[in-house]
Amino acid sequence: MIYLIFAYFCLSTLGISIMALTRKNPVHAVLWLLLLFLHVAVIYLFLNAEFLAMVQVIVYAGAILVMFLFTLFLLGARELPKKKRYTSMIEGRLLIGLSITATILAVFSSIKAKYTGKYTIKYIQEVGNTKAIGVMLFNEYSLAVLILGVILLIPMIAVSVLAWRRRDDTS
Amino acid sequence: MIEFLIMLIKTTVVFGIVLTHVAYTTYAERKIIGRAQARMGPMEVGPHGLLQPIADFIKIFFKEDIIPVKAEKLLFQIAPLIVLVFTMINLTVIPFDKNFILADINVGLLFILASASISVYGIILAGWASNSKYSFLGGLRSASQVLSYEIALGLSLAGVVLMAGSLNLRDIVIAQHNTALGVYAIPQIIGFVVFVISAFAETNRAPFDLPEAETELVAGYLTEYSAFRYALFFLAEYVAMYIMAFLCALCFLGGWTIPKFVTDILPFLEKVPGIIWFAIKVYAFIFLYIWVRATLPRYRFDQLLNIGWKVLIPAGILNIIIIAIFKRFTS
Repeated sequence: MIYLIFAYFCLSTLGISIMALTRKNPVHAVLWLLLLFLHVAVIYLFLNAEFLAMVQVIVYAGAILVMFLFTLFLLGARELPKKKRYTSMIEGRLLIGLSITATILAVFSSIKAKYTGKYTIKYIQEVGNTKAIGVMLFNEYSLAVLILGVILLIPMIAVSVLAWRRRDDTS
Repeated sequence: MIEFLIMLIKTTVVFGIVLTHVAYTTYAERKIIGRAQARMGPMEVGPHGLLQPIADFIKIFFKEDIIPVKAEKLLFQIAPLIVLVFTMINLTVIPFDKNFILADINVGLLFILASASISVYGIILAGWASNSKYSFLGGLRSASQVLSYEIALGLSLAGVVLMAGSLNLRDIVIAQHNTALGVYAIPQIIGFVVFVISAFAETNRAPFDLPEAETELVAGYLTEYSAFRYALFFLAEYVAMYIMAFLCALCFLGGWTIPKFVTDILPFLEKVPGIIWFAIKVYAFIFLYIWVRATLPRYRFDQLLNIGWKVLIPAGILNIIIIAIFKRFTS
């Protein structure tokens, strides 16, 4: 039963991404993307990553996608321009097809029957998923977290500076 | 199979009780506001107007469901459902008593924040799908209001998570019960105030009820809705009020427990079932909602965003810093 549900979510992830790509109305495309993010969150749940699932919904569905929608509304794009949307360039098709095949092969070749590391399922169930991620993030990867924080801080400062300058002009 | 049946019965009981409460909250609201304005409130249907909510629901559910010709039909129809479903789903992670919780998951608090962030889509879609200027602008306004206050809400709850060391709502209550004061509302007074204000804004209630400001944008994203689709939005608003009241009771007021120093003085209070303490706290918060609506004037939209971004978010961050320092030097 649980495998059937897992299979449903994996297959519908594929189906929904195709739907999201082929929609003519950008708002509909964003909504399919929302459905896709929710399905991905459920797949995370199947992988015992409850914290990641919730963060997926809060950050991607709750913040980034809403920003997409606001941008769409600000641009007032009710329909995408009626141009040909798909290229017929054979080199491009070959390149993308081959790279996807290579990725899939690389993933398949690195599948191990049994996980042999520090973070086993038993360990994670013992300490809890959220705590395990937190401890790892702020100890082993603390430098990366700091760098990310600085990278995110700079655009914030830049945006405030731009907003201030605009206010001076109008007054 | 038996487990499944028990789960089904529990779910029905919880949803039934909450929906009955929602119906009678509308009655309580009209009565209390009536008293505040020296009127009687509803008096006609039943003794003291007690059957008024039932009459209202019968009326609104049998009205004609009008869908504008130029509306995006499917999205127009599902928008109220998105709001209602993703509000009601929160009831599953709320612990009503020590052992009465539908789904005891480890990330309960994040679950509530996540479903709140999805229900914003219902508001945006309702505005967009109506294909009307007023609805659209109102929808965008309400969405940006809910989004900005969600940050303040999350920050004030982050202080609670930091202090309790868990995202599980039951663990938060137990951790709270083990502190000397028994409630987080006193050591985290800044976070508590931020939480209360953003809870009002998050549920689109007075003094932040911009969709109700007829002079500006008619009825905001609700303009084109009628009959039971309007009722669904209405229902979702009241359920959301209850969710916020539950969260406030659980995260700041000690949930189903009462502080230990009280039971030390009056030991017989321990025999009172936890659900009663929980209900008292929730009713107090709902009363606060209604009281504020009867008392305070409405904010302008730019004032509302300024309060959110320039006062509440810095205050929330300050709260986290204070709690972090406190936590560092006590444990």
